[in-house]
Amino acid sequence: MELIEAIILAVLAASTPLLLAATGELVTERAGVLNLGVEGMMIVGAACGFGGAWLTGSIIIGALCGIVAGTLLSLVFAMMTLGLAVNQVATGLALTILGIGLSGLIGAGFVGERITPAPHLHLPVLTDIPLVGRILFGEDAFVYLSLALVVAVWLFLYRTRAGLVLRAVGDNHVSAHALGYPVLKIRMFAVMFGGACAGLAGAYLPLAYTPFFIPGMTAGRGWIALALVVFASWRPGRLVVGAYLFGAVTILQLHAQGWGVGIPSQFMSALPYLATVIVLVLISRARTGGSTAPAALGTVFVPDR
Amino acid sequence: MQLVLEKRAERSNTIALVSPLIAIGLTLVTMSILFAILGKNPVSALAAYFIAPLTDSYSLQEIAVKATPLVMIAIGLSLCYLANAWNIGAEGQFLIGAVAGSWLAVKTQGTGAGPWVLPVMLLLGAPAGALYALIPALCKVKFGASEILTSLMLVYVADLFLDYLVRGPWRDPAGFNFPTTAEFDPVATVPVLIEGGRLHLGAVIALVVVAAGAVLLGKTIKGFEIRVVGAAPRAARFGGFNSNQLVLLTFAISGALAGMAGIIEVAGPVGHLQPGISPGYGFTAIIVAFLGRLNPVGILIAGLFLALTFIGGEQAQIAMKIPLDVTKVFQGILLFYVLACDSLILYRFRLIFASRQVA
Amino acid sequence: MLDSTPAAPHTGATPLLQTIGLTKRYGDFLANENIDIDIWPQQIHALLGENGAGKSTLVKTVYGLIQPSDGEMRWLGEKMVLSGPSEARARGIGMVFQHFSLFDNLTVAENVALGLAGKESFKDMSARLEQVSNVYGLPLDPRREVWQLSVGERQRIEIVRALMQNPKFLILDEPTAVLTPQEADQLFVVLERLKAEGRAILYISHKLEEVKRLCDTATILRGGKKVSTCNPREETAASLARMMVGADIKQVKAPASRQTTVPRLVVNDLGLEPDDPHGVRLEHISFELKGGEILGIAGVAGNGQDELFAALSGERLAKDPGTVVIEGIAAGHLSITKRRKLGAAFVPEERLGHGTAPRMKLSENALLTGHAASGMVQHGFVNTVATLKTVDRATEAFDVRKAKRDPEAASLSGGNLQKFIVGREILRNPTVLVVSQPTWGVDAGAAAVIRQALLDLAAAGAAVLVTSQDLDELAEIADRIAVMFHGHLSEPLKTADASREKLGLLMGGSSLEPTEAAHAVGA
Repeated sequence: MELIEAIILAVLAASTPLLLAATGELVTERAGVLNLGVEGMMIVGAACGFGGAWLTGSIIIGALCGIVAGTLLSLVFAMMTLGLAVNQVATGLALTILGIGLSGLIGAGFVGERITPAPHLHLPVLTDIPLVGRILFGEDAFVYLSLALVVAVWLFLYRTRAGLVLRAVGDNHVSAHALGYPVLKIRMFAVMFGGACAGLAGAYLPLAYTPFFIPGMTAGRGWIALALVVFASWRPGRLVVGAYLFGAVTILQLHAQGWGVGIPSQFMSALPYLATVIVLVLISRARTGGSTAPAALGTVFVPDR
Repeated sequence: MQLVLEKRAERSNTIALVSPLIAIGLTLVTMSILFAILGKNPVSALAAYFIAPLTDSYSLQEIAVKATPLVMIAIGLSLCYLANAWNIGAEGQFLIGAVAGSWLAVKTQGTGAGPWVLPVMLLLGAPAGALYALIPALCKVKFGASEILTSLMLVYVADLFLDYLVRGPWRDPAGFNFPTTAEFDPVATVPVLIEGGRLHLGAVIALVVVAAGAVLLGKTIKGFEIRVVGAAPRAARFGGFNSNQLVLLTFAISGALAGMAGIIEVAGPVGHLQPGISPGYGFTAIIVAFLGRLNPVGILIAGLFLALTFIGGEQAQIAMKIPLDVTKVFQGILLFYVLACDSLILYRFRLIFASRQVA
Repeated sequence: MLDSTPAAPHTGATPLLQTIGLTKRYGDFLANENIDIDIWPQQIHALLGENGAGKSTLVKTVYGLIQPSDGEMRWLGEKMVLSGPSEARARGIGMVFQHFSLFDNLTVAENVALGLAGKESFKDMSARLEQVSNVYGLPLDPRREVWQLSVGERQRIEIVRALMQNPKFLILDEPTAVLTPQEADQLFVVLERLKAEGRAILYISHKLEEVKRLCDTATILRGGKKVSTCNPREETAASLARMMVGADIKQVKAPASRQTTVPRLVVNDLGLEPDDPHGVRLEHISFELKGGEILGIAGVAGNGQDELFAALSGERLAKDPGTVVIEGIAAGHLSITKRRKLGAAFVPEERLGHGTAPRMKLSENALLTGHAASGMVQHGFVNTVATLKTVDRATEAFDVRKAKRDPEAASLSGGNLQKFIVGREILRNPTVLVVSQPTWGVDAGAAAVIRQALLDLAAAGAAVLVTSQDLDELAEIADRIAVMFHGHLSEPLKTADASREKLGLLMGGSSLEPTEAAHAVGA
């Protein structure tokens, strides 16, 4: 029982950065923009987030720093792809490379430092309920925030007019422009939201997951978040399922290494990456008419006047 | 009043020539600002990066040594990108090629085998890289899975595989438990061209690859097919060109070149197999490919230029304690500026004077 | 019902909308030059002109999508400057575009909501949508997703969306281009009703008979300028055409009778599943095309013409090789390259992106379809002398106007690019030519050149298949005409027997009366 509870808590923690980053990218892609720079934005968010928290002693300031960092980087991406009609794939890759470099520079001063990690919730009776208490009521703010964010995004996309407009822009930017909607502006906000989420996701790692910063600590999570959006067929509900599945795979392989299963540790560590490939293949095969990518995803839009 | 972007009727050749220079200029300015923020003298820093490595023969050779894998991989990547097939996994293909060739080196270690060892090693590296690259290519062609994500995931897998081999079955027993194979025998090592430096045969091979790439893209029908499939897929289909085949072909060539670069690097400058044989060549090669505008000669120049920044970065760290990460930042910024300036080849800006409200 | 009927017409005094000296410049190019036009309520006003005359630019300006370079607009006598379409809509100007602004993966209700200002709740809007659509005889189900609807149904969304804003002034841009003659009649009923309600309508078209039937007054544009305003009912189609084009168009000369030879293209019971969910399934298509004759395929866009082209060209392969027979050889399983080697050539509907790679040079585009034969490729290497020679020959034979010897395809005008595309195929002396929409969006001069080229090719013994939405064009050049509807091909009628009524019925999916069918088939 204890072990199961521990595993579930670990899965929650491992899935949270994936869920945060993927939710942001989902909104970006629903607006028709493919931002491959998630890994870069996340890792800069990690460096700035840790730096902010270490310098001020406040987790909240750290989180805000991470958000701002991710948003600023995403703005660069937006200027290039929306303002200059540069190829989105190339720009996203450049963003990742730049982000990794920047985070190394910024984080250099913080390596080896420690902070007090984000506090966990503790409600008087509820948290002590056996098994579910800590899971439902004993996690840190980021976990709850990530779930609230998904719900908010779902409501936004499907229950508000602004969300409808965003979905329309991702479906057919030519029609949206003809109807008078500011396609580039809407996409810019979507990209910035994606950047903010990626920055927050990155900040989560040194602020709550492990209370220190190492260069490269995102270890490809940004790329997995991109795969998750595809896996979820661009729908928020399925995104939660995907994120937690992936968290589970990551945690289980770690535990399996500890159980002395006869397989070399590197193979176990490779499992999440191999799983991503398999999932991508399966989900792409299964696709039929309904749940396809936003039709305008990745295409360049230059309005004529 | 608004600044808007509009498409040009025809691509601007003047901008095409001038844009890389503008991009480099802008990058130097940005880097100067960055150096100033870091508290370093911008002029000396730039000199350490770009001038110092050009002043002695050893550094010049090192530039060529660093450029060799970059150029080889980038030529392969350019074929993929021209065909709109995004191979991001060159780093993994590089590692797998290195592993495949090293297998022979390890197997024949100390057995007094003949000079056939090195050529066979090179011949093992290329197909291994090609096969590894075909995995994401097949996933794309047969299942429609994003080759960007699959090829990238496989980089992590290759990295872990290499790690396993050098810590486990291939570890040098006499190596004090360091994760590395034993030093390769001379028959398993790429010969050096000039005494006293590390410039090796691989550089010549890289030049051959550049020439081959130029001929392929510029003069052959296959090169034309690759270019059309990326530029206008429906027209390519109309022309009778099979885009699936071309995806597989470009990935295979790209993987082969990356794999060959991998084994050349291991059997040459490094001399043994260990984790970290690649300081991110597969990713830097992406920058080289774009910097070189997906053109073989451009890639050669871009590869040398970026190699210069690597060597310069090392020198700047020694001379002025500038962190190595600055090199990465520089490369990322340079790529941004190149992409931005290149956009002006196809588009131009126009000031319009009537305001336009949102709906 | 709509909330209120528009205000009573201002007879005599001020027009509803007035443009004075309206001009739009794109660089050196004048899309509209000094246009004065008056729109009165309770009138259907035609805007005539051929492709490229400036009609679309003018109405986009009136709708606020484009800002004029010069001149002004007046609404009810007062100067009007529009910041965007929403302000136009707020004033009571509605527009139904030729190319729909719809979102395939959203529902009808969502599509309509996006075209409205959003002041009412989604639920209320949905209910009102259903109401309005029924009242005007354009029924719509708010919950269906647009990709499932036919072209005529999609246009209904556009019209209902415009009507829901109770416009005083409604602009329709080439509305019947995508409708069958019967659907067009239904549309006219709706427009008459709107006119009776006191609204003003601006009707853009290049179909002269339609304009004479429906419109009270007509303004004719040519080359960006206004040529005249007249009463179309007092003009003949010929006089209107003359004003539109400026000169009598050279009559296309068809040889008195064409000798037909052997069957060059035979299609046997061709069936094909659509490539994508929005496509049309081909069913039991059969026809025989002999050398020396031109077979026309009429039909509203979206009835399988694209799929048929892909099946004939080899861009999509058939399961049974015998379904497509070229020069007596079963070719259903052959690639497009192999079909070209058999002597077939193809001209697709879309010039840029399908027929040519837009950002590549003409010589490279010549290589695109010529690489299989004609000496352009030797041992895997490209012979640039040969490709350039093809460009030169096509330029000369088909009068292709371009800025330099070997420009990018995208820099040519529509007509000139089409002449090049048709030229490069004809220069290979094909024995079978399959052409889709040969003169769509092409200026009259180029259209004449192209049609003559097709006739000459047939006269030389080739079999030519022409798919076109322009019934006049088919009447001019085709020996027989068949109609595509929902993936089926009708029995071809001899052109002389193919009246517009018969074709209209077939295009709408009805079958001919037994007596008529008997007359048609006995060819």
